[in-house]
Amino acid sequence: MSPSLRRLTNTATFRLALGYMALFGASAVLLLSFIWWTTAGVIERQVGETVEAELRGLADQYRTEGPRGLIQAIDRRSSRGAGDPDGIYLLTDPLGRRVAGNIDTWPAGVQTDGQWTRLEVFRADVERRRLIGARAFALGGGYRLLVGRDMVALGSFQAVLLEALIWGVGVTLVLGLISGIFMSRRLLARVEAIGSTSREIMEGDLSKRIALDGSDDEFDRLAQNLNRMLERIEALMGEMRLVTDSLAHDLRSPLTRLRGGLDMALRAPSAERDRAIAQAIAQADAVLATFTALIEISRIEAGIGRSEMVPLDLADSLRDIVELYQPVAEEKGLSVTLDAVSAAPMHGSPQLLALALSNLLDNAVKYCRAGDIIALSLGAEGEGAESHWVLTIADTGPGIPVADRDRVFERFVRLDESRHAPGSGLGLSLVAAIAKLHGGTVTLEDNAPGLRLVWRLSVHSSNAALQ
Amino acid sequence: MEAVCMLVLVVEDDDDTAAYMERGLKESGHTVDRVSDGREALYMATDKQYDAIVMDRMLPKLDGLTTVQAVRAAGVDTPILILSALGQVDERVKGLKSGGDDYLSKPFSFSELLARLEALTRRRGITTEDTILSCGDLEMDLLGRKVTRAGRPIDLQPREFKLLEYLLRHADQVVTRTMLLEGVWSYHFDPQTNVIDVHISRLRQKLDKDFETPLLHTVRGTGYKLSATP
Repeated sequence: MSPSLRRLTNTATFRLALGYMALFGASAVLLLSFIWWTTAGVIERQVGETVEAELRGLADQYRTEGPRGLIQAIDRRSSRGAGDPDGIYLLTDPLGRRVAGNIDTWPAGVQTDGQWTRLEVFRADVERRRLIGARAFALGGGYRLLVGRDMVALGSFQAVLLEALIWGVGVTLVLGLISGIFMSRRLLARVEAIGSTSREIMEGDLSKRIALDGSDDEFDRLAQNLNRMLERIEALMGEMRLVTDSLAHDLRSPLTRLRGGLDMALRAPSAERDRAIAQAIAQADAVLATFTALIEISRIEAGIGRSEMVPLDLADSLRDIVELYQPVAEEKGLSVTLDAVSAAPMHGSPQLLALALSNLLDNAVKYCRAGDIIALSLGAEGEGAESHWVLTIADTGPGIPVADRDRVFERFVRLDESRHAPGSGLGLSLVAAIAKLHGGTVTLEDNAPGLRLVWRLSVHSSNAALQ
Repeated sequence: MEAVCMLVLVVEDDDDTAAYMERGLKESGHTVDRVSDGREALYMATDKQYDAIVMDRMLPKLDGLTTVQAVRAAGVDTPILILSALGQVDERVKGLKSGGDDYLSKPFSFSELLARLEALTRRRGITTEDTILSCGDLEMDLLGRKVTRAGRPIDLQPREFKLLEYLLRHADQVVTRTMLLEGVWSYHFDPQTNVIDVHISRLRQKLDKDFETPLLHTVRGTGYKLSATP
């Protein structure tokens, strides 16, 4: 097979068209066979029945009137101008000689069993070999009688019919092929439209969408689903670009300062050099802390911490972390209060929960000013499988504007007011990731004044996290 | 403080990191052998009596954790410090399970490494059955949960007691903030705020306020040291 031919036979259009053609052809053959059977077949059968009746009649005549009466009847019927011009008759004596009829000799291969037989004989009256259908019968006393009908007229009718039928099948096949090509072209044009749009998208234009034709058929629905998928991909790409842009910014600036500081240190007198090197180390540590947090978030989002889930008491974890931060908060002139249930059993990673709580307290301590209050509470909510531990951290600090409350959970988002405060901008992303791992949600609310963070943790978090 | 000279086996495939550790340890008066793969490490550790082994987590030929297991299986009980560039929160557990005594994630400061190595080698000297810990005129009665300095009782909160116990067990050694977070609070991450400093200064208030010689010293850039001699 040449490559171009293979390309043609490999197309769905070709296969569909072929299928159509086969279907049309098969139904045409079926239909026309039926026509053949009901026309040409029936005529021949009727002729056969007529011949049989006539044969029987003649045999009766032989019985009642004897050979003479039969001979007369045959002569009458086979004479020109009288009777059926297509009638064929032959009566032979016990020696096989013709006694009466319009053919000369008994045709070979005709049995006297009354079966319908087609054969060619020489007709003495028209002096031609003709195709006939005939039945033969043995009469008493060695006489044999053959009655038949000339089939030429029927044969030519059948030939015309056959020709018509062949033409019919042919035309149907061609029509099937044409309509197959047309229909499949139409269907496949829409598939091809989807294909060409996908190719454009693959080449980099993520904003492309597949056009709908408004019919809401399967193709429209396919296109709609693909478009929705594309939107999701585009959104994810956007998020990723944001993260890489932020990464570039948040790592490049400290690295630039680091490099600059080391460059200065190289030329500075030794006393200053030590200070510059210490600064450089601090900056390197900041970059590394950012990396550590990013890796930690990715690992948590990938569900790495799930293996260390153990039964724990959230109230204990909370008391411990508050105790750790209490002195540093008091040093800053903040008061910390804790109102927790005596025990809050759940499944979780103690280290990750402590890390999240530590990040939240870090933030609260960092943004509150002297005189502010940080109030923590832990209580239960809901029943059965729906039961949650509700942990709130409310402070009277500067708070977060409503518009920014969702944004702060994104990676590297730092509100302008805090851009110069220490920190990587990853703390709340880390908290959100840890919350999700524990089957929980974190929301920010207005504490009027200040910020209230509400963290709902599923009591059956190990189950929730597995789902 | 008496200068203890340690014989340390450093197992590290990265030449720069190994040189950094080797040089620092030598400057601190210790002796160092360095190998760069797990198979050599196993051979050296079973052949020579080391005071401590520093083992990188990811090594060519024989992985760090497998090497630690093999060293332990060979009956060597030398303290092992595992170094790892992998995340600290979950990998740590695996490291300690394989037979390591301490776990330090990369990157680390040299003073952190040194403080931990000294803590590891000294830990073996203190028996857990001791019920009285002391440093200078400071005494801690573990059974009676009482602390006195020069015979005068010092009232401590439970966490302060634990903090002081840790410092007493590592008396005359530098302890870092992360060592305190791990040893006293069991946290294996570093908070952004210097929470430990405030806890230490509160403890210092109670220990040193009414006395002429301070016991709790700050070691610049590294951590703290409880010692009767500055």
